[in-house]
Amino acid sequence: MDLELKDIPGQLVKALEPISDAGGNIVTVVHHHEQRTNRGTIPLQVVFEMEDGLDELKKKLESRGIKVVRFNELRLLERKTVVLVGHIIHSDIRDTIEHIDSTGYAEVVELAMSMPGISLKSSARISISATGKAEMKKALRLLRDIAKEKDLLVIEPIETEEA
Amino acid sequence: MALKVAIIGFGSVGKGVIKVLSERKDDTFRVVAITDSKGAVLDDKGLDLADVLKRKKNGDLKRANMSSMGVIKEADYDILVEVTPTDAKTGEPGLSYIREALKRGKHAVTSNKGPVALRYKELCELAKKNHVQFLFEATVGGAMPVFNLMRGPLAGNPITSIEGIFNGTCNYILTRMASEGLPYDMVLSEAKELGIAEADPTYDVEGIDTALKLVILANSVFGMDVGLDDVDRVGISSVCLEALKLAGEAGMVIKLIGEVRPNGGEYVLRVSPRLVPKTHPLAVQGTLNAALIQTKLAGEIFVIGKGAGSIETASAILSDMLYIASLQ
Repeated sequence: MDLELKDIPGQLVKALEPISDAGGNIVTVVHHHEQRTNRGTIPLQVVFEMEDGLDELKKKLESRGIKVVRFNELRLLERKTVVLVGHIIHSDIRDTIEHIDSTGYAEVVELAMSMPGISLKSSARISISATGKAEMKKALRLLRDIAKEKDLLVIEPIETEEA
Repeated sequence: MALKVAIIGFGSVGKGVIKVLSERKDDTFRVVAITDSKGAVLDDKGLDLADVLKRKKNGDLKRANMSSMGVIKEADYDILVEVTPTDAKTGEPGLSYIREALKRGKHAVTSNKGPVALRYKELCELAKKNHVQFLFEATVGGAMPVFNLMRGPLAGNPITSIEGIFNGTCNYILTRMASEGLPYDMVLSEAKELGIAEADPTYDVEGIDTALKLVILANSVFGMDVGLDDVDRVGISSVCLEALKLAGEAGMVIKLIGEVRPNGGEYVLRVSPRLVPKTHPLAVQGTLNAALIQTKLAGEIFVIGKGAGSIETASAILSDMLYIASLQ
């Protein structure tokens, strides 16, 4: 989210407070003091993770005299990593990935492989991003079904309490 | 009045229980019978436990020609401590022993997973009908308090799920593979040499032991009515070194996790290798066991402890015995 702050004391706190009040997790804050706009305001870039309530947040910021210049919403919030063991190449890893990608709600965003020898089982670590918790569950269920068909072992992450 | 105790089984766990009881200074318990497949040692006034242990070690323990079942049916005791080995298929002979004692109106405490996993409902009803306790803290997680913790300190907390590491052998193998970069077969041989794995490790490495414990948790904590066949089970034998390395690069370890989650009707009951963040409390090392209990009020509760061992298991059995004593 790109904001513009007035160049008077206390503005940064004023801008960040509503984000954390709304349950947002602030990832980075970049304060562009040197790039003062010709309106005399100071640009501020904030990256944060939040479940919902973006519109309310925008209103709240504006009511505090902070200008919301633009925001980018990235909806792939859930990310999980799994490890596969088996004849991954022979069972066509590309097809496995395409299956996940074609769902529209989840995609494989990372792949790392280890192949100790031609006849030996190989392992792959894949990271999946999905649009939400329910979608992630669906994607993992799909992966489990594919793995069963292809006789692969899926090592899934444990259920952790996530904020 | 001391409670009279009959101990059935004189293996590693039995010895541990006897040792622990022999070191107690009070007179809460009086052991009147100890039996194994070779016979029985009896004394209605209370056995000299230190002496029994010494004689057992020297091989000159004199046993009366009386079977375990004979003692259970005829002797005068208040608590049966049943510590014979687990048979996952039949639950015998422990199942018949416990059944018989409960029918006679005797409390039963066991470390034997078979009878609890196979006949939990029947044995519980039998205990209730006869107004006695049927307790089995030692069956899950060895020394680690699980059932007592939920009955006592966590009382009033609805439990929503339990997941954890319930088999020290598997955890040892996976820990060694990850930390030393050694292949599965080599670590398994090493574990056998150290006495951590049995000559036939199937029961542990294929997750059967963990599955039995899950069945016990499912039936006793969540009131489910499930058996070993209902557990979705994958062991650790196909977890290779490369998989552990790939997990390690992403800041994770692989653990054999048992998970039980009633989830309304669609329950989760599974044993499988899972990825655990290295910094997560379940990422315990060596032969340790660990459980994560999800509760409604207290949130996440973690228990970590020794999952096996003679004295450690005796600790769990003693806690059950003391609970019975507290009710008198």
